[in-house]
Amino acid sequence: MTSLPLDWLQSDRRRLRVDQSAIGDRVYEFLTALCALVVPALVVAIAVAIFAAAWPAFARLGLSIVTTSDWDVRGGHFGAAPALFGTLVSSAVALIIATPLAIGVAIFLSEFSPSWLRQPVGFLVDLLAAIPSVVYGLWGIFVLIPMLRQQVMPFLRDGLHLGATPFFSGPAYGPSMLAAGLILAVMALPYISAVSREVLMAVPRSQREAALALGATRWETIRDAVVPYAKSGIIGGIMLGLGRALGETMAVTMVIGNRPEISASLFAPGYTMASLIANEFSEATNDLHVSALMAVGAVLFVITLIVNAVARWLVWRVSRVRAR
Amino acid sequence: MRALKVAALMLLAVGCAKEGANNSSTASSTASSGGSVDLTGAGATFPYPIYSKWFSDYAKQTGIKINYQSIGSGGGIRQVSEQTVDFGASDGPMSDEELAKAKGGPILHVPTVLGADVITYNLPGVTAALKFTPDLIAGIFMGRVTKWNDSRITSLNPGVSLPNQDILVVHRSDGSGTTYIFTDYLDKVSPAWHASVGKGKEVKWPVGLGGKGNEGVAGQIKQTPGAIGYVELAYAKQNNLPVAAVRNKAGQYVAASVPAVTAAAAGVAESLPANTDYRISIVNARGADSYPISSFTWILVYQHQTDAVKGKKLVDFLNWALTEGEKVAPTLDYAPLPTAMAANVRARLTTIDLAGAK
Repeated sequence: MTSLPLDWLQSDRRRLRVDQSAIGDRVYEFLTALCALVVPALVVAIAVAIFAAAWPAFARLGLSIVTTSDWDVRGGHFGAAPALFGTLVSSAVALIIATPLAIGVAIFLSEFSPSWLRQPVGFLVDLLAAIPSVVYGLWGIFVLIPMLRQQVMPFLRDGLHLGATPFFSGPAYGPSMLAAGLILAVMALPYISAVSREVLMAVPRSQREAALALGATRWETIRDAVVPYAKSGIIGGIMLGLGRALGETMAVTMVIGNRPEISASLFAPGYTMASLIANEFSEATNDLHVSALMAVGAVLFVITLIVNAVARWLVWRVSRVRAR
Repeated sequence: MRALKVAALMLLAVGCAKEGANNSSTASSTASSGGSVDLTGAGATFPYPIYSKWFSDYAKQTGIKINYQSIGSGGGIRQVSEQTVDFGASDGPMSDEELAKAKGGPILHVPTVLGADVITYNLPGVTAALKFTPDLIAGIFMGRVTKWNDSRITSLNPGVSLPNQDILVVHRSDGSGTTYIFTDYLDKVSPAWHASVGKGKEVKWPVGLGGKGNEGVAGQIKQTPGAIGYVELAYAKQNNLPVAAVRNKAGQYVAASVPAVTAAAAGVAESLPANTDYRISIVNARGADSYPISSFTWILVYQHQTDAVKGKKLVDFLNWALTEGEKVAPTLDYAPLPTAMAANVRARLTTIDLAGAK
């Protein structure tokens, strides 16, 4: 008599538990699916909003927004070619400087560094990514620019006689494409080095041991066995740094000189698309002006999309080549 | 698996990048401190220090809380036109076209305080305040006067030894009321400037470097011998920058100061028609004591208030600002309106209709 209700109770509880967990599973599945859908939806929503706001400018001005260089709000001319040029050049300068440095840091930390040094140095490099960009901007104004104007630029131009090339000629004011590229290099560095370090550390020990066993030196091991294995990850890191550099606004605005002109010299002031938007948006009242700034934003959006697509493609291609 | 890991790392780092980007976005402060907010406004950043003092003083005296977002004049005009705020604020008057687009009907321009631009420079060894004429200022900012020892500068400043150095012009890169005042002035005094550059919150500068904000311009000037630029009077005073004396319409060289700016407004106020809408420029004002590069800043309110309670609160506040508020303006280096003019503006506030219906 007594065993029956207990049995019944137990089985019910068991059934209940199963049912509960099934509901829990479904809720959990639903929630995660929601999270997974919200983010892409957000990206699409932002893109739609930007392109809708940019449409009047594209309709009226067409591609002259990216092909002409005359930005004159009063005259109704909105040619952002110098800003497009500045965005690409400053980011390129940043990558040229940051990539070897960041990969060097990553290789040292993963291959050579004593373990007591690895943590603190890695932490400090990562910390670079946590500094607000306005602080970088202030550092740029008060430390980097005076140094560039007084020492670095005269040295490059006259000391190394690079003034004869168009890239290092002209007066050294300080605020310049070079200053922007340098500050972006510092900002992009932690992203490249953190990703590279992680992928280098993830290279299996057997890879290194095999190379060493074949009589390779440490340098040969790294060059021929470790780095190729980690190549796709390193490229991903570089593209991430590039994405950071392309979109950076505040620090660049503070050091680039904000002059919408295309110049071959890295000493000349320049402009970037992000700076242009940041500078003019809050005080823009004229509809075409607002729309033209949105159009610049749309172009920047497309450029970052292209960079990401290229990054994916590179990572995919490199990993496929290795898999063969 | 590895691809997954790389993707995860990239996502993680992108997340960090986003966060960094958020940190960097210019902080526009919201002054609400809990509790219910009675009125909201948005607009110009230039008068934000004095407005936030007014709002906090007013809240202490009356308990009425006003939330103001200093998002820039452009944003202020847009938001008041869309009726998303109870009042807007702008350093430049709205154009007829902008006024026509406002959704709530006619908008009143209520001048609150005055701001001025000063010309500051970096010339090591030069201690005396330099003197400039309107033509010379236009010449320098158009790139026609390029050396400090140009005879057009030395002839105005006898006894000052000026170096044989290039002039580096520094201007604002961001759209700003400060630039509006400066270019409005040059537009008025120089036909050449009017023809080639014009006036606006951002213009196509013939020469020079752009710095973001007063601090960007001042920082660049401080570091570069031979640099010249313009910043707000309040900023220059608080940072002890060297400032030039400018020749005014009466032929006097006047250094910027709070009384000299108020004098400029008084000079213009005398000749105002009774029905003025106060969308007026006071650059190059008459009067021997007037500083010529100055301007009003305005609060923008609808003539027809749709909410009688809010409308009354708003009018009460504006009345307080134009009387009690004006008294504290000089403590923050803003020039108060001339007394007679403040009374006229208050008289105009009585035309605001609180009935609700349009």
